[in-house]
Amino acid sequence: MSVESAATAAYIVAALLFILSLAGLSKHETAKAGVIYGISGMTIALVATIIAVVDGAEALGVILLIVAVAIGGAIGLWRARIVEMTGMPELIALLHSFVGLAAVLVGWNGYLEHPDFVLQSLEDIHNAEVFIGVFIGGVTFTGSIVANLKLSAKISSAPLVLPGKNLINLGALALFAILTTWFVISPALWLLILVTIVALALGWHLVASIGGGDMPVVVSMLNSYSGWAAAAAGFLLNNDLLIVTGALVGSSGAYLSYIMCKAMNRSFISVIAGGFGIEASGGDDTEYGEHREISAQETAELLTNASSVIITPGYGMAVAQAQYPVADLTKKLRERGVEVRFGIHPVAGRLPGHMNVLLAEAKVPYDIVLEMDEINDDFASTSVVLVIGANDTVNPAASEDPSSPIAGMPVLHVWESENVVVFKRSMAAGYAGVQNPLFFRDNTQMLFGDAKDRVEDIIRAL
Amino acid sequence: MNDEIDEQAPVETAAPAAVIGIVRETAPGETRVAGTPATVAQLIKLGYRVAVETGAGEKSSFTDEAYAEAGAEVADTATAWGADVVLKVNAPSTGEIAQLKDDAIVASFIAPALNPDLLAALSQRSITALAMDAVPRISRAQSMDVLSSMANIAGYRAVVEAAHEFGRFFTGQVTAAGKVPPAKVLVAGAGVAGLAAIGAASSLGAIVRATDPRPEVADQVKSIGGEYLKVDVEVEESTDGYAKATSEDYDRRAAEIYSEQAADVDIVITTALIPGRAAPRLLTEADIASMKPGSVVVDMAAAQGGNVAGSVAGEKVVTENGVTIIGYTDLAGRLPTQASQLYGTNLVNLLKLLTPGKDGQLVLDFDDVVQRGVTVVRDGQTTWPPPEVKVSAAAPAPAASPEPAPEPKAKATPLAKGLAIAGGIAALFLVNAFAPQPLPQHFTVLVLSIVIGYYVIGKVHHALHTPLMSVTNAISGIIVVGAMVQITSDDLAISLLAFVAVLIASINVFGGFAVTRRMLSMFSKG
Repeated sequence: MSVESAATAAYIVAALLFILSLAGLSKHETAKAGVIYGISGMTIALVATIIAVVDGAEALGVILLIVAVAIGGAIGLWRARIVEMTGMPELIALLHSFVGLAAVLVGWNGYLEHPDFVLQSLEDIHNAEVFIGVFIGGVTFTGSIVANLKLSAKISSAPLVLPGKNLINLGALALFAILTTWFVISPALWLLILVTIVALALGWHLVASIGGGDMPVVVSMLNSYSGWAAAAAGFLLNNDLLIVTGALVGSSGAYLSYIMCKAMNRSFISVIAGGFGIEASGGDDTEYGEHREISAQETAELLTNASSVIITPGYGMAVAQAQYPVADLTKKLRERGVEVRFGIHPVAGRLPGHMNVLLAEAKVPYDIVLEMDEINDDFASTSVVLVIGANDTVNPAASEDPSSPIAGMPVLHVWESENVVVFKRSMAAGYAGVQNPLFFRDNTQMLFGDAKDRVEDIIRAL
Repeated sequence: MNDEIDEQAPVETAAPAAVIGIVRETAPGETRVAGTPATVAQLIKLGYRVAVETGAGEKSSFTDEAYAEAGAEVADTATAWGADVVLKVNAPSTGEIAQLKDDAIVASFIAPALNPDLLAALSQRSITALAMDAVPRISRAQSMDVLSSMANIAGYRAVVEAAHEFGRFFTGQVTAAGKVPPAKVLVAGAGVAGLAAIGAASSLGAIVRATDPRPEVADQVKSIGGEYLKVDVEVEESTDGYAKATSEDYDRRAAEIYSEQAADVDIVITTALIPGRAAPRLLTEADIASMKPGSVVVDMAAAQGGNVAGSVAGEKVVTENGVTIIGYTDLAGRLPTQASQLYGTNLVNLLKLLTPGKDGQLVLDFDDVVQRGVTVVRDGQTTWPPPEVKVSAAAPAPAASPEPAPEPKAKATPLAKGLAIAGGIAALFLVNAFAPQPLPQHFTVLVLSIVIGYYVIGKVHHALHTPLMSVTNAISGIIVVGAMVQITSDDLAISLLAFVAVLIASINVFGGFAVTRRMLSMFSKG
């Protein structure tokens, strides 16, 4: 058993553990075990690699390796510990960008190393692999950075609409194909630099032209891209573990994006091609009528007399950090015998499952947190629905107004209940920029202000 | 699709603001009215003018003055019947149809499936008839569903009628004068009426049991205080014929349950109806004979043939053994004020749908399932029954929405998909056929992994999407392995680039796993 064959064997074990890890994470009961599988797989892969690398290497390389892992590990653990659950989408987007950047660097090294090849065709393939790896990595890198900036509100989340944005994207792809051919025929450093720039620009443009409301899909899509970047690096380095893992992440990420696209009634192709953000719908002159306001005190009375309550949270709950008071309110109402459940829209929040994570953080039992499909038929028999910081996901226009920009998107049918109380800071439109007729319904009342403060007011009034 | 669907141009009333007429009900015993002062105000908000016939709300305790105060014009019979839109509770009689003006719209209960003669009479005139009882049972139309709103009232009233006839308390009491046992109530059928009856009876303190062929209503029954009696067919099942015998076995077992219960309970309320058929017989003569004297049976299906042997539609019958069988068909009308209010609100909701501009202009859009469903006569042509194709017709509708780009793609899908798949397979084949090792081996690994990734994720629970994504993110940090291999290069530049790559990929690996663990530790079941 040589060091290499041991490493290869370890890689197979690691790949299997990764598959078990993903499988484990599909159920609550096995999720924790799934993470342990993942960590074990990663540990095995890293240890095997380090042993193989250290074997007969120079001291400098070994030191660099250990220092890099130590610094990176420390930063990673630190960030993971301090991150707010509401900041999770940003963090995940940022982490994706690291994979992208690493893939770019690995690709560059692949070129700089100039390995000797027996066959000309092998060298050509190698050069093409360098290009593909750098390209996917570059797109992932800047795309994730933009997603991170948009999610953390450091740049405007409105979609960037350049004239002919589809042509720009297609042009970038065509340019990439041309450059790749050129590079395979006559490799040169400037070509590599050029393709890196093209990839970075394309990544930036792809995500910049997507509105903030569609970010859950984007994050999941970038997750997929980061997997493909790793797989491309695997081809480059003749490393099966990288290919297996990258392909696993890539295809699972793509499928997850697909599930979400279906939930938002979007075309999957137009998502992965980028730029599916909604064009700002101009002058919406429809007269919606008057909305009615309600006080926290009155809401508390409404809740006390209710037999069943459904809470539909949205990103606004995350922004206001209202999940703890909401959990408290839930507990109080349940103690009084009121049936309280949560209805979660598949794209509520800025990340798939975002609301579930927040509610879990606040210790809301997960068996009362239901998906849209599970709860949608129950609204009609519900006394009170509390809409906390959600807007587009409860917009009746999606199912009733075929001319609405969000027409056809499945939404939570909150308006079918007896009473709807909407927690909102102002009457502004939601992320999709669409006015919400729900606010003007006869059974809807608005509770203005910061969601957290208002929920606390209600708890006091109870 | 038949020819009347082709006329999709909206029907518009000629006048600037259409007049809605609310007329007095002439059917004997009818106490309800199609509009109340509250709903009149809402109709006016929609831009209509409203004319209420004198005395229309009298039996529902709504005075002419109250209507006038709400903004309606109190008018004589001819004016109210001559309105552009006439709202009614019961279907118009032949004489009343003649009073409608040309191109008028009339909305009321019609029961088109049971009244072909009425349909024919309506289609003699150039009018449009909307059957409130033909609102499709979809969630969007629930606010217009008069069957539900009336059944709710009738269910409540059935209990009140039963309590009135029943010579005892509903609730059990222990008093100085002795102990009173609670009444036992059996409700057959847990639909809207049944559930209302269960709720009313249990809040009076009775022990309530309910039966229903749909086991999924068990929770609903429980939630309002009833006990669900399951028809336990499986217990009866032996080795023979499973699929086809179920129905027979079910009926036999259900009949046994009714017989057992009849002898035990004090009050039976039956609500079982099958659309378009005679009501099923639930209690036989023998069952009634086994009931205790003084027991009460309310047969809410009496008008459709009755669930109970011996019930007479619209009447109260007392059997030889002292069991009272109530067959009233006007249970909802016995709470006229609220029945009118709810019916009126159903009408307002329908008119809201028909008045998209809120400008008093009634527009009938036959592309809308609800509007198509309620319209039984349109401009003198019978449009009942509505086409059933509407379910599939809903699918192309989103394609017509303002995103024109996906439409051509969607049409080309089967062919384009096939070509894309074929092209992909051909490309994969060619690459691997010509490429030297180790490329084909890599592709083998790649393709298999993609398939595994797809299937592994297929069953993921929605709530776990975020943890799953952060774990896959951490796993994709495996690229660190590639960078590690490069770090020991002799070339310093390569080493440094690899150093950076290892560093950031490590952040990803450690951070990703740590954050996932943190998230998962929060999920609790309680």
